[in-house]
Amino acid sequence: MSDLATYNFAYLDEQTKRMIRRAILKAIAIPGYQVPFASREMPMPYGWGTGGVQVTAAVIGPEDTLKVIDQGADDTTNAVSIRAFFQKVANVAVTTKMREATVIQTRHRIPEETLTEGQVLVYQVPIPEPLRFLEPRETETRKMHALEEYGLMHVKLYEDIARNGHIATTYAYPVKVEGRYVMDPSPIPKFDNPKMHMSEALQLFGAGREKRIYAIPPHTKVVSLDFEDHPFEVQKFAKPCALCGAHGVYLDEVILDDKGGRMFVCSDTDFCEERREAGHVGELGVANKEAAE
Amino acid sequence: MSELPLLKVHELSKFYGGRIGCRNVSFDLWPGEVLAIVGESGSGKTTLLNCLSTRLTADVGSVEYHMRDGQYRNLATMPEAERRFLMRTDWGFVHQNPADGLRMTVSAGANVGERLMAVGERHYGRIRETAGDWLGRVEIGLDRMDDQPRAFSGGMRQRLQIARNLVTSPRLVFMDEPTGGLDVSVQARLLDLIRGLVQDLGLAVIVVTHDLAVARLLSHRMMVMKDGHVIEHGLTDRVLDDPREPYTQLLVSSILQV
Amino acid sequence: MATPLVVSEVAKSFTMHLRGGTLLPVIQDVNFSVKAGECAVLGGPSGAGKSSILKMLFGNYSVDSGQILVNHEGRVIDLATADPRTVIQVRRNTIGYVSQFLRVVPRVSALDIVAEPLTARGTSIEAARARAEELLSALNLPRELWLLPPATFSGGEQQRVNIARGFITDHPILLLDEPTASLDAKNREVVIGMIEEKKKAGVALLGIFHDEDVRERVADRIIDVSGFSARKAA
Ligand SMILES: Nc1ncnc2c1ncn2[C@@H]1O[C@H](COP(=O)(O)OP(=O)(O)OP(=O)(O)O)[C@@H](O)[C@H]1O
Ligand SMILES: Nc1ncnc2c1ncn2[C@@H]1O[C@H](COP(=O)(O)OP(=O)(O)OP(=O)(O)O)[C@@H](O)[C@H]1O
Ligand SMILES: [Mg+2]
Ligand SMILES: [Mg+2]
Ligand SMILES: [Zn+2]
Repeated sequence: MSDLATYNFAYLDEQTKRMIRRAILKAIAIPGYQVPFASREMPMPYGWGTGGVQVTAAVIGPEDTLKVIDQGADDTTNAVSIRAFFQKVANVAVTTKMREATVIQTRHRIPEETLTEGQVLVYQVPIPEPLRFLEPRETETRKMHALEEYGLMHVKLYEDIARNGHIATTYAYPVKVEGRYVMDPSPIPKFDNPKMHMSEALQLFGAGREKRIYAIPPHTKVVSLDFEDHPFEVQKFAKPCALCGAHGVYLDEVILDDKGGRMFVCSDTDFCEERREAGHVGELGVANKEAAE
Repeated sequence: MSELPLLKVHELSKFYGGRIGCRNVSFDLWPGEVLAIVGESGSGKTTLLNCLSTRLTADVGSVEYHMRDGQYRNLATMPEAERRFLMRTDWGFVHQNPADGLRMTVSAGANVGERLMAVGERHYGRIRETAGDWLGRVEIGLDRMDDQPRAFSGGMRQRLQIARNLVTSPRLVFMDEPTGGLDVSVQARLLDLIRGLVQDLGLAVIVVTHDLAVARLLSHRMMVMKDGHVIEHGLTDRVLDDPREPYTQLLVSSILQV
Repeated sequence: MATPLVVSEVAKSFTMHLRGGTLLPVIQDVNFSVKAGECAVLGGPSGAGKSSILKMLFGNYSVDSGQILVNHEGRVIDLATADPRTVIQVRRNTIGYVSQFLRVVPRVSALDIVAEPLTARGTSIEAARARAEELLSALNLPRELWLLPPATFSGGEQQRVNIARGFITDHPILLLDEPTASLDAKNREVVIGMIEEKKKAGVALLGIFHDEDVRERVADRIIDVSGFSARKAA
């Protein structure tokens, strides 16, 4: 009998899961508010998303289908290990297909395809406090949230413009949730920020090391902070995906050779594959396949 | 001068356990008036200033503030959100150590702009323009606007702290030894700047200092503290030129010329 | 028109706490008044209390007892008991004072020191400076000094800045403590002329002049302060 087999369903004991669920319920009741919880040791290092894993463990049931993505991909070491972990400790169905999943744990991306009702997106969060960058005192940031004193958030954006001529923040771009709490959406590209707005899915955020859980319930307003004369904008890509030809999606740069050859492809690998299966072809899509064969 | 006091202080006391911080302090402060609080180290100046500015909670007594809407409000019973809003709009606080009043890791421009953003200004160009104006008023070159105060001299930091406080046109500014820790020539320039701004803007100021020359130059009125008590109180030049109390005479005689 | 300044039964002493609490009586039962357009001069030996009287009238020294009644903007104010805020208002609009020595403010030019009492009363800085220039040139202060802070000026130069500052407003009461002491003959004449003008304008002047020649020429009346001495009585 393996070590893990001696543990309860989904690794955590029922009491711990109830504690985490209570935190999640509170987080849902106060969208964007960081709820402290008694984070447990997990059999993996913090950098691996122990906050997300605990949230997933608390919400997942035997009937669920789990998808785990890391930077948009299902096949990185991190994604593969977490998927394997839940297969082992909860024996749940797993998938790479976004449509089939009921629970999606993610690091650094929101899937391209629109999430739908009934789905739960669990984010792994390294630093939950958006004000931390300028105000190191926890007592003070708490007070700022409580009293809705968010001027400091704009100081950060001001600095960005003063230094770069435009808002250069591209990841972990701060948002205001339901007109009240300012929230760090975890290090997703700001490209994904609009997907959080009025999403049909439940979005949960878990920070293991910092022991915080927060949430965006379905149909919640999520607005990215900006200035009137420097409005929020998402990244634009000059070309479509080189493999599947998709426009308006988030692309990763792939180096092809050591002579400077490169291409831009969907960061959401599942999305890209589905498109190619459906017959979409980008400018390098076919050529590449041939080269590989 | 308008007809009503800005601040009404009534029998304010603060104790640290059995030790007196300040005891039974009462006075009114009028719009545009500069009040100096002087006294030796440990006499309770900072304690009093902090009680007045709500940074400390007094044990006894009350401080009432004349709000812009014309009402007097007891600061001790004001909700915290409202009090903090007051502190970053209608009030300023200039610390002796600029690092306590500045954000050392953001640019000078952002340090000045922060209060504007805090009250909802969301136009980058306007924030920058206003911040630039204020840097000019405190004699900091526009070419230093994007530098962090870490790279500034002590005098520049102090001037930046002043600009950061004045950008929302406060009516009342608290200062705790604003020229302490600066060398003499820098002090003179800073004092002159403060004096000019206070006059131009009609600010009411409560300034804590142990330097009678600072009190002479800046203030209309003076309170002398000893062992937590206000022992003498009056027009600044009256207290300095015709001190009544033994301790005030000692204080005045112990410096060469003020 | 009400008498601008009435001093009644004023007494003043100093307690020297650093000298074992020695009581130093200076004057008592001081009674006099100054009318509009009149220049009264305080006389008496050194140490009699002439400067102390002027300083009490300016609110600079406290008063032990008695009254100092000033006609301030149509109201009668007792400066002996007035609060600091009232004293400041009286200084701004009613009582001017030329002290024996100029108190310099770092980094402020001579011109602006002179202009300041006008700007404090709401005159534009341009108009105030223009008037200050007139006074400084009348007092023969070299033009190249105007924009410098007076800290490095000679005694006579500082005194002329001080006089210009005191004379620039139209305060109805003007106190003068030895304004001509460190001046040369030519500039003394200028100041005497300026005092004459103030008298014509209806200002009540109270001064101390050691120089007999000047005193003779400006004084309508001498008030002998030795008559108020508290020491002979004590
Ligand atoms: N937090 C505290 N706990 C206990 N005692 C304190 C505290 N703060 C101040 N005191 C005491 O209260 C008295 C007044 O202190 P305060 O800091 O107000 O003096 P101060 O006049 O500002 O002196 P300084 O000129 O040295 O700044 C001192 O005896 C001091 O030791
Ligand atoms: N601030 C003070 N503290 C203590 N004693 C003082 C103070 N000012 C004046 N005196 C004393 O009061 C007395 C009167 O001084 P005052 O300067 O009024 O004399 P005065 O008539 O103007 O003399 P002089 O003609 O020499 O200027 C003197 O004995 C003086 O030492
Ligand atoms: Mg102190
Ligand atoms: Mg004298
Ligand atoms: Zn693609």
